Amino acid sequence: MEVARKPKLAVWKFASCDGCQLSLLDCEEELLTIAGAVEIAYFPEASRAVLKGPYDISLVEGSITTPHDAERIHQVRRASKFLVTIGACATAGGIQALRNFRDVREFHRVVYASPHYIETLNKSTPIADHVFVDFELRGCPINKHQLVEALNALLHGRKPNTPAHSVCTECKRRGIVCVMVANGTPCLGPVTHAGCGALCPAYHRGCYGCFGPKESPNPASLADWWSRHGASDPQLVRLFRSFNAYAEPFRRESEAHEQSSS
Amino acid sequence: MSTSASHTQETAILQAEDLPRLLEALHARRYQVIGPTLSDNAVVLEEIRSVSELPVGWTDEQEGGVYRLKRREDEAYFGYGVGPRSWKQFLNPPNLRLWRARRENGNLQFMLDSQEAPKMAFLGVRPCELEAIAVQDRVFLGKGYIDPVYAERRASLLIIVVQCAQASGTCFCASMGTGPRAESGYDLALTEVIDRRTHHFLVETGSERGADLLQEIPHAPATDAQIAQAWEISRQTARQQSRTMHVEGLKELLYRSYEHPHWEEVGARCLTCGNCTMVCPTCFCMTVEDSVDLGGRNAERRRRWDSCFMMDFSYITGGSVRYSPSARYRQWLTHKLATWHDQFGVSGCVGCGRCITWCPVAIDLTEEVRAFQGKVRGSKEKTHENA
Repeated sequence: MEVARKPKLAVWKFASCDGCQLSLLDCEEELLTIAGAVEIAYFPEASRAVLKGPYDISLVEGSITTPHDAERIHQVRRASKFLVTIGACATAGGIQALRNFRDVREFHRVVYASPHYIETLNKSTPIADHVFVDFELRGCPINKHQLVEALNALLHGRKPNTPAHSVCTECKRRGIVCVMVANGTPCLGPVTHAGCGALCPAYHRGCYGCFGPKESPNPASLADWWSRHGASDPQLVRLFRSFNAYAEPFRRESEAHEQSSS
Repeated sequence: MSTSASHTQETAILQAEDLPRLLEALHARRYQVIGPTLSDNAVVLEEIRSVSELPVGWTDEQEGGVYRLKRREDEAYFGYGVGPRSWKQFLNPPNLRLWRARRENGNLQFMLDSQEAPKMAFLGVRPCELEAIAVQDRVFLGKGYIDPVYAERRASLLIIVVQCAQASGTCFCASMGTGPRAESGYDLALTEVIDRRTHHFLVETGSERGADLLQEIPHAPATDAQIAQAWEISRQTARQQSRTMHVEGLKELLYRSYEHPHWEEVGARCLTCGNCTMVCPTCFCMTVEDSVDLGGRNAERRRRWDSCFMMDFSYITGGSVRYSPSARYRQWLTHKLATWHDQFGVSGCVGCGRCITWCPVAIDLTEEVRAFQGKVRGSKEKTHENA
């Protein structure tokens, strides 16, 4: 009798802080179930044991920032049946994509004593700019419940339930009072992808946009409202330029205000 | 429900210092009392255990996209407008598990989530909100389509209306014919009268249950002058309203306006965030989600509030039918003010103004409607000339 083989899971790291990989270890009570459902074949953050590919599911963290990584991601793609990018670095270029708005060589000169040892690309780019990505999990970091949901859906052959609507929906379902309307706090919730469970508004903070642009985002209308309520162009640039600065809708909006302020 | 045809309406005076007795009477009858209270810089609806939890001495200032709490100069119990939450969250909870299932020895076992619906008393329902509950009754209790979750909560519900003594910046119930004075559909209705000489409530009973409740709390007969004073407060509230909506011929106008260029203008401002639908006391759409645990042993089904502003809402094979923001705004506005009439026999808008206040970029449906009323008339004449 043939014994059903457990799907092989690999976790890869590119330019990132490891926080999203840690979300997998942070699953705690679900972790043993995950380890029971899949064979953890490559996960250097957790284990030195390495099993050879191909891998059924690859979780890819981080952005592409070096010529070496731009090659390596193709090897990962070739070794993976299903490739899932996890977190803002992998899906949008991450906080390190702030370099994309400046001259990287200038940074080399300022930061490093011997800049000629540094081999880096001019831009930090998302994985999907380099290889085909089967599914993206948003967030900085990702939400562990969404990670479990995505793995669960893949293992059971269904579509993951990770809605692309606004953070506002999560606020309203939780009964959180809108921080923008009631306090005048700038909040990216109306243009940001749900998934965090409205974490910041629940603590009276505006949304920082960790999950990146939602479906059909309208940052121009939101920015227009803020600028009519006293926000300056440099402030608007900073609001849209954080973890998901290089995600197209946020990038365009911050660049529009950079042009107006210069 | 809460009205009773055989009931003859009584009016009485309840002194403000006796308001706690009303809550005690409700608690003695084992009602969970839901009412307004302060939380996170807003008046929200939550379970309250004593009148001290009411926003005594507070009011609000509301405009498009702006809500601010302010101190009043008096100690009124109900001196504010409607807040961000509406009563629908208690009658149709935003996130509710419907059932669970478990797989054991190859068999599936289904378990209904049969936790008993709470027996609730709503204290401080505004006339527009009472109308909104009546609208949702048509949706959830309509012929042949009874929603058990709503029906169970609604059946035991006791409603105490508070007649509005001041208009908020965004409401327009007077022009919708839904306020500011409710005349039936409640168990008790209170009009708060506060000035230098007196602080009392004119109490009107609307059902046997309400009349019984009144018997348990201290009250005195109301004089004609006191009744007249309460009615004058309502008239004054109606006069204060700065927004209006002209509903005459509006349904037909919207049906003629599907291709109107103004939808693009409002679509360019709309964030498609869904806030308007979530705060609307009549919007009822929900989605159903199934989930299974990793081991494939336990499953559950939940229903959650949904919104016509989400792409998934109109997703069918091949993609979302209403892809553009303007198409989604058109769907919402046209449903509220036109197709709702065909579907449920009433307007889907009660004029509470929540969608105006809580829109992050202050889109105002009364203004949008006016744009169609102004511009379409012109373009219609043109068509006539051409014809």
